[in-house]
Amino acid sequence: MSTDKMVVIIGGFLSILFVFWFFLGKKRKSFKLEGSSVEITVDGGYSPEVISVSLGKTTQLNFTRVDPTDCLEELVLPDFKIKRTLPLNQKVAVEITPTKKGQFTYHCGMNMYHGRIIVE
Amino acid sequence: MMITKIFSVKGMHCATCVQTIEGALEDLEGVKSVNVNFSSETAKVEYDPSKLTDEQITSTVSSVGYQARVKEQKEENIVEKEEKQKELKTLLRKVFVGLGIGALLIWGTFPGLMETAPAILRNFYLQLIFATPVQFWVGWEFYRASIPALKNRTANMDVLVVLGTTVAYLYSAIVTLFPGFIEKAGIDPEPYFDVSVIIISLILLGRYLEARAKAGTSEAIKKLIGLQARTARVVRGKGKAGRVEVDIPIEEVKVGDIIRVRPGEKIPVDGVIVSGESSVDESMITGESIPVDKHIKDTVIGATINKSGTFLYKATKVGQDTMLSQIIKLVEEAQASRAPIQKIADLVSSYFVPAVLILAIVTFAVWYVFGPAPAVLYAILNTVAVLIIACPCAMGLATPTAIMVGTGRGAGMGILIKDAAGLETAHKIDTVVFDKTGTLTEGKPVVTDAIWTGPVGSSSRPTSSAGQPAGARRDTLRSRHPSSVRLLSLAASLEKGSEHSLAEAIVKHAEESNVPFGKVTGFKAHSGRGVEGKLGGRRYLFGNARLMEENKIDISLARPGLARLEGEGKTVMILAEGRNVLGLIAVADTIKDSAYEGVKTLQKMGLETVMITGDNERTARAMARKVGIKRVLSQVLPDQKESEVRKLQAEGKRVAMVGDGINDAPALAAADIGIAMGSGTDVAIESAGIVLVNRDLTSISRAIELSRKTMRTIKLNLFWAFAYNVLLIPVAMGVLYPFFGILLNPILASAAMASSSISVVANSLTLKRVKL
Repeated sequence: MSTDKMVVIIGGFLSILFVFWFFLGKKRKSFKLEGSSVEITVDGGYSPEVISVSLGKTTQLNFTRVDPTDCLEELVLPDFKIKRTLPLNQKVAVEITPTKKGQFTYHCGMNMYHGRIIVE
Repeated sequence: MMITKIFSVKGMHCATCVQTIEGALEDLEGVKSVNVNFSSETAKVEYDPSKLTDEQITSTVSSVGYQARVKEQKEENIVEKEEKQKELKTLLRKVFVGLGIGALLIWGTFPGLMETAPAILRNFYLQLIFATPVQFWVGWEFYRASIPALKNRTANMDVLVVLGTTVAYLYSAIVTLFPGFIEKAGIDPEPYFDVSVIIISLILLGRYLEARAKAGTSEAIKKLIGLQARTARVVRGKGKAGRVEVDIPIEEVKVGDIIRVRPGEKIPVDGVIVSGESSVDESMITGESIPVDKHIKDTVIGATINKSGTFLYKATKVGQDTMLSQIIKLVEEAQASRAPIQKIADLVSSYFVPAVLILAIVTFAVWYVFGPAPAVLYAILNTVAVLIIACPCAMGLATPTAIMVGTGRGAGMGILIKDAAGLETAHKIDTVVFDKTGTLTEGKPVVTDAIWTGPVGSSSRPTSSAGQPAGARRDTLRSRHPSSVRLLSLAASLEKGSEHSLAEAIVKHAEESNVPFGKVTGFKAHSGRGVEGKLGGRRYLFGNARLMEENKIDISLARPGLARLEGEGKTVMILAEGRNVLGLIAVADTIKDSAYEGVKTLQKMGLETVMITGDNERTARAMARKVGIKRVLSQVLPDQKESEVRKLQAEGKRVAMVGDGINDAPALAAADIGIAMGSGTDVAIESAGIVLVNRDLTSISRAIELSRKTMRTIKLNLFWAFAYNVLLIPVAMGVLYPFFGILLNPILASAAMASSSISVVANSLTLKRVKL
């Protein structure tokens, strides 16, 4: 096998590892909510991506979209039956009062970007 | 709870005005944040409505020298719509530029065509000049979306498009600028600018068409919001002289306001007519096409249209409490909810893009190592095809678009589906259980018969009627014979303390007949059986045969009359004094016009229909026969309905329970799906998964049919989205090449990708037109 082919195979293998590590190996730090509201920036995803909230406590999630991507314009929290349009550079407050423990994902309109709410 | 409202503010002429208004509003108790915008002449105020009213906010703005009023939702929608239109126009312009340049590039590069093209179009440098703005201006959408996503270590479809087109563009640029370098590798230096340009343009065209189609999926909500009246003509002041009628914005209408509605006008908010009468077109809310006659004390629904007369009504529900607002909220919630069927698509889409990236790397390596010469070219083109053909959007759109159109279609027909899970469950139903009173019947029972069977002498002696026991008298309710007066008087006195609908009918009838009421002591209600109490020192029982049997009262003399009345489908109650039966009172409820047809349609659909009632077997069967129901669950006490539903479920049946949502809430909640017949202007019935605003029983079959059609659409969408990716990604990788020599041109891959999400949305939109 020629050197270039060896390089492609090794490079391909390393690239696969990189893709795996880069996209799937990301450690998602949970943001523990202290007060009753949290600011979430919408820019290529949701930041903070994982939020821990308390069971039964009303929490205000303030979303501000700074990313003009169409997909992110719509915000869906299916477990809380909430759907909102996020106008660019405007704060949109979403209030939730979790009634059961667990992990609940929310996402953009096409389900490409995800965030998570942990209810403890 | 904080709410945010936008107020339009007039009179601002500099930045100081902004600070003045912000300062004044921030000082108000209950205001959390204020954002005054000079250019849009608006103030966005976040406040606690329990501490502050809109009027206080507008008067505070007035006190510092400006005019404010609540900005209507419609105005906001118009601004939003205009912005969206502007975005779409820019997108379309970019598509035209891209496709125009793409056409020129294809003319200059495509074998068979290129020979006819002017020499300048075949020039690689010119192609580079043409392709560069398409890559970075037309295609900026994709870069703009990819950069923040990659920063967040998230992969989206734009990352795939950027990678695919950038690889094609960079390879072509290297071929153009450094042809010698490519030649050294033994490859003919031929650029592929047409590939990158056409891919970008086609995918963008797909996105444009998809955005247009998607707007159609949310039309129902927009239509509902658009129904709202903008102003109300409110009567202010007291006395003839001081009374004036003023038009005010709908947001300023308060509960208790008296509103005038003239012919052809929209009714602004929910309320009750206090003067005048008319017929009202409620089709936009209930789906019922025939106008409804309205008289004094009748309820009117906001957003419906007054057809003929002029009337005054009192506002009972305003703002977020109106029926229209509740419907909008329910539909919005349903559209935001997740159908269980979506789970698999959710799981796949979270790993999809990294998986495609890995497959693209594998494709490149395999073609480079094992592919025919020029291997690097095959490797690049096939990798680009894999990156471009993958379409996670179709999977993401498959379920929500169908749910949006399905729930919206339902709302237009007066069928409110509360969540996607309910919509999904409804299509699996095989048994429909109807509660009798208020569901199959109007729920307005009237007294039809009063028969004295008591001992002669305890009342003045009644005359006998044929076929009735000695001493029995069937009162026509007009004769006011002393025996029937006494019977009714005793029964009504006992029932006065009860809240049951039958009790109400008896009390109402007694009041209308001017029958005297006695004072009852020791009143006791026996759920599902009747009541007891003492009148003039004597103990009376009034209720069904079960109550009499439990108290060991001999009802043999009353049985013939009982049997005959029950055979007519009437509910019969027995009055007993001590151990003696005094008489029978029969009450009948009118069967709804839509009951027979509603039941028949369900049976035609292959569903079993069951009636559940507290009535005894004979009355229940007679009633069931009239509406065509064969299976009857009779003598079921209110608290037993839930367990009867569970028993049916234990038989393996998937049960829909139809009720009024008030008395039968536990049974509705226990059923696989609860269907509540809406009453008045309240549609937020917790225990039900589906609420029928129009109280029409034929809507049940329509709701189930809508669920079946929506689920079929979702399944087709998901099948298409999965099959598309599962079949075409391997084709793009070149799995057919060793056997048939087939490879997928990246341009065709982009066309397929663009059409896949459009086809999913278009398929969902067909739900708007399906026959139900």
